[in-house]
Amino acid sequence: MEIIRKAWAGTGESSDAYVLVSPANTLEIEISSVVYNQYAKAIDKAVRETLADLGVEKGTITINDKGALDCVIQARVETAIKRASEAGV
Amino acid sequence: MRRSMLFIPGNSPSLLMNADVLGADSIIFDLEDAVSPAEKDSARILVRNLLRRFDYDSCEVIVRINSVDTEFWTKDLDEIIPFHPDMIMPPKTNSEDDVRLVSQYIGTLEEKCGMKKNSVKLIPLIETAMGVENAYRIASADERVAAIFLGAEDLSADLRCKRTKEGTEILYSRQRLVVAARAACVDVYDTPFTDVNDDEGIRKDASFAKALGFTGKASISPRHIDAINEAFSPTQADIKYAHEVMNAIEQAALEGKGVVALRGKMIDAPVVARARQVIEMEKAIYGA
Repeated sequence: MEIIRKAWAGTGESSDAYVLVSPANTLEIEISSVVYNQYAKAIDKAVRETLADLGVEKGTITINDKGALDCVIQARVETAIKRASEAGV
Repeated sequence: MRRSMLFIPGNSPSLLMNADVLGADSIIFDLEDAVSPAEKDSARILVRNLLRRFDYDSCEVIVRINSVDTEFWTKDLDEIIPFHPDMIMPPKTNSEDDVRLVSQYIGTLEEKCGMKKNSVKLIPLIETAMGVENAYRIASADERVAAIFLGAEDLSADLRCKRTKEGTEILYSRQRLVVAARAACVDVYDTPFTDVNDDEGIRKDASFAKALGFTGKASISPRHIDAINEAFSPTQADIKYAHEVMNAIEQAALEGKGVVALRGKMIDAPVVARARQVIEMEKAIYGA
């Protein structure tokens, strides 16, 4: 799946994450989180798993996490990627 | 046992992940009215991921999909069915054809996923005048149907009447659904009471629904769950009497008596049937 336009998913509410994706020539993941010190690695892993499942190799992925579970972050990343791709959701 | 069903908005992670600790017998993950059209995709993926992650062992999981006259309902089922919700609630069910359409689609997904046939049940939401008129046909349309559910907000709009706390405008529809469901041997659930802050109102409304013959009632607020569970549970006096009835029946059988009386009243088949129902409820609530 290819990111061809800017798209977002999620909210800034507690237990949720706001995810913004945009086209780029390399893969870049930016994470800000209320639990960054404890969970940055786990969030990065969850994001990379979802990108691999969707076949995404390039793009800028920005995560603003408000204490979301990994499965919530993955849902928001998947939604944003699908909204940003050719086929849409 | 399903006395209370609690609606949870399908795009709210904090509510979805804690839904099973709010005391409801069933939780309804709502992909329909609680989700705006622009967020249907997001809610569908979120609910799917939470179903994959959590067992929700302590209660039954129902997913309200979008209605069959939208572009969303097949996408909802494609994502949700592989993670085995207990039931699917199709809204705005107008006829037996609507039920069969959803059931057949679920059937193809069950087969594709290697799931047991008819393992996902249906609870059609009846919320139009046409749906009320076709209630028995809907309730008996398919073996997947385990219950029907009255939605009074859309119904009163369709009936062109004002929705009131007293509910006079939906009395006929409530009674029609109860009779239809009982004739079809399925459960029947009453519409939510929408004033979240009226504690006395929910108690009266739930008791009235119980008196009409409903199996249970839905809620849009966790605040209403205790009142609903209480209204649809047998009282201690009901339980005591039910055991007395069953003891009297057993004693009479031992003594070879054909006619049994308790507290000066004859115990006939309907009394025994009600006693059995009360004891089943007692076991479900308090354990064997």
